[in-house]
Amino acid sequence: MGAPASALIDLPAGSFLMTMPKTMKDHAARHAEATGTHPEAARRQKAQGKRLARERITAILDQDSFHEYDLFVEHKCLDFGMEKKQLRGDGVITGTGTILGHPVAIFAQDFTVAGGSLGLAHARKITKIMDHAIKMGIPLIGINDSGGARIQEGVNSLAGYGEIFYRNTLASGVIPQLSIILGPCAGGAVYSPALTDFVFVVDKISKMFITGPEVIKTVLGEEISMEDLGGARVQAELSGNAHFYAHSEAECFEQVKRLVTFIPWNNRKKAEPVNAIPSRTEISLEAIIPAESNKPYDVRDVLKAVCDGSDFLEVQALWAANIVVGFARLDGRTVGIVANQPKVLAGVLDVDSSDKAARFIRFCDAFDIPLVTFVDLPGYLPGVDQEHAGVIRHGAKLLYAYSEATVPKITVILRKAYGGGYIAMCSRHLGADFVFAWPRAEIAVMGPEGAANIIFKGEIAAAADPEAFRKEKVREYTEKFASPYVAAANGHVDAVIAPHQTRDFLLHALEISEGKSELRPARKHGVPPF
Amino acid sequence: MTAAQKPIRQTLTLHDTVYETVFTKKFANRKPYAPKDPRRLTAIIPGLILQVLAAPGDSVLPGQSLLILEAMKMQNHITAHHEACIKTLHVAPGDMVTKGQLLVEFA
Repeated sequence: MGAPASALIDLPAGSFLMTMPKTMKDHAARHAEATGTHPEAARRQKAQGKRLARERITAILDQDSFHEYDLFVEHKCLDFGMEKKQLRGDGVITGTGTILGHPVAIFAQDFTVAGGSLGLAHARKITKIMDHAIKMGIPLIGINDSGGARIQEGVNSLAGYGEIFYRNTLASGVIPQLSIILGPCAGGAVYSPALTDFVFVVDKISKMFITGPEVIKTVLGEEISMEDLGGARVQAELSGNAHFYAHSEAECFEQVKRLVTFIPWNNRKKAEPVNAIPSRTEISLEAIIPAESNKPYDVRDVLKAVCDGSDFLEVQALWAANIVVGFARLDGRTVGIVANQPKVLAGVLDVDSSDKAARFIRFCDAFDIPLVTFVDLPGYLPGVDQEHAGVIRHGAKLLYAYSEATVPKITVILRKAYGGGYIAMCSRHLGADFVFAWPRAEIAVMGPEGAANIIFKGEIAAAADPEAFRKEKVREYTEKFASPYVAAANGHVDAVIAPHQTRDFLLHALEISEGKSELRPARKHGVPPF
Repeated sequence: MTAAQKPIRQTLTLHDTVYETVFTKKFANRKPYAPKDPRRLTAIIPGLILQVLAAPGDSVLPGQSLLILEAMKMQNHITAHHEACIKTLHVAPGDMVTKGQLLVEFA
């Protein structure tokens, strides 16, 4: 930041410092001009309930921690009257700073400058700060608020986007990348956020789509508002493009800060540990889960009862809510949690929940965050729509992600673990390091009713009293398989534990796994089913 | 090539240019967008109605359980998404429902 201009004026005339005040005055003036905002553009931005780009950076970063670079970078376009246009910072602010002491690289598109449109100089400022973030090993935060490509720059604008996407991909799995959508983010521009790890949206402010309502209307004759097409709620709840949904920019920035404290700076560092605190909830785990296996409950109550301070940061809370993923701490160390949610769609795996969990697992594996999985599911969701939507290939993503992960993997089977769902939810067979089951866990190919009906189909039909015979066989199957002990006898489950022992077993397993190393055959990369 | 084998040519207009093309089966069969009617609550999963917990004329709050729908070995609570008054209940205990079937209409 430049020194205030008033401090520079009163130097004795004729001193050898004569040139200093002049250059400093010039510096202050240039600085003030470059960091200023056109009043009318600022008014319009505020009228939409949006903050200015600089205010956003200040709100996210620790006080006075922002250091700006490339303030004087300008475009070099000479076409379509652009040669006469001077654009402050070329419509984007870039720099570094800290969030609660964690270093980050940040860029914020400035909608008040040519609608935040992206030209080559604008893009090069972004790619430069991205390159810094990758080299320094610090998280990258991008604030998107842009009308899209700067059409006057033609293919150079497209080149800019491409260079950003390329770096998003190079940075993937090396540094965490966060995208905050605080305005329009349309056309090709949305692919940068889509390539990053976490996308934040704010109600009524964020708009994301590839083609807007007008194009859709011309091509297909379908009418839809911008909000219904690609508003924050839609992206957070229907499409799964967004990971965090907030009602205001202030709430969104708190979510960003919270996330930054849970994740590491880069893939060579572990997430910063904090002081361990016990779980805060007084509810006993036994009381949370209903006795009957067909009664729903909120699995997040289990997570709160187990995790440090009952503190759980849920990721993609609104989309595919039949699986819960997010970050928590155990003994002060960050863990990634994946849990079936019996409260929603009976906790089944389907196209979206498999997709959601697989992506989260790959993030945790890339950034050395141990995975803790809580299992209670009836299996995969049957349905023509599921089959035709590709539940085979989407479901396979989950198997792939779990099998591929080499971070410590700990699984707790709470109640039901049936069929393909049992295998998919980080079973021993996919490389779980520790598998624990509660005493009333049911681990089987399917529920006892269905199993008995199939195995004894002929005998039931031929029996003198088919219903009584069927019930007897259901009871037999229940006794044999509707418990964790067959699995435990075969070593598929390491320990059958009482619910109240869960936290203790998890803490110990994590401590034991601290130095885990698992070597895999050399390859360029795998070919996951995406 | 006989007339029956001849692919049907279709057109797509993108950025003011008309392209002659062939639609994929999925695109041709797509349902046009229709905004969701907040007054109609439909089944998210096929299953059996076990219990009806509300009656026509009832004012309900967001999150309030209206029905219990047994599906996937689970007694799923079907809840109201917003504050509303129930106009009609389209199901009764014992009914089998399909995905997307209308369950409750709000006034």
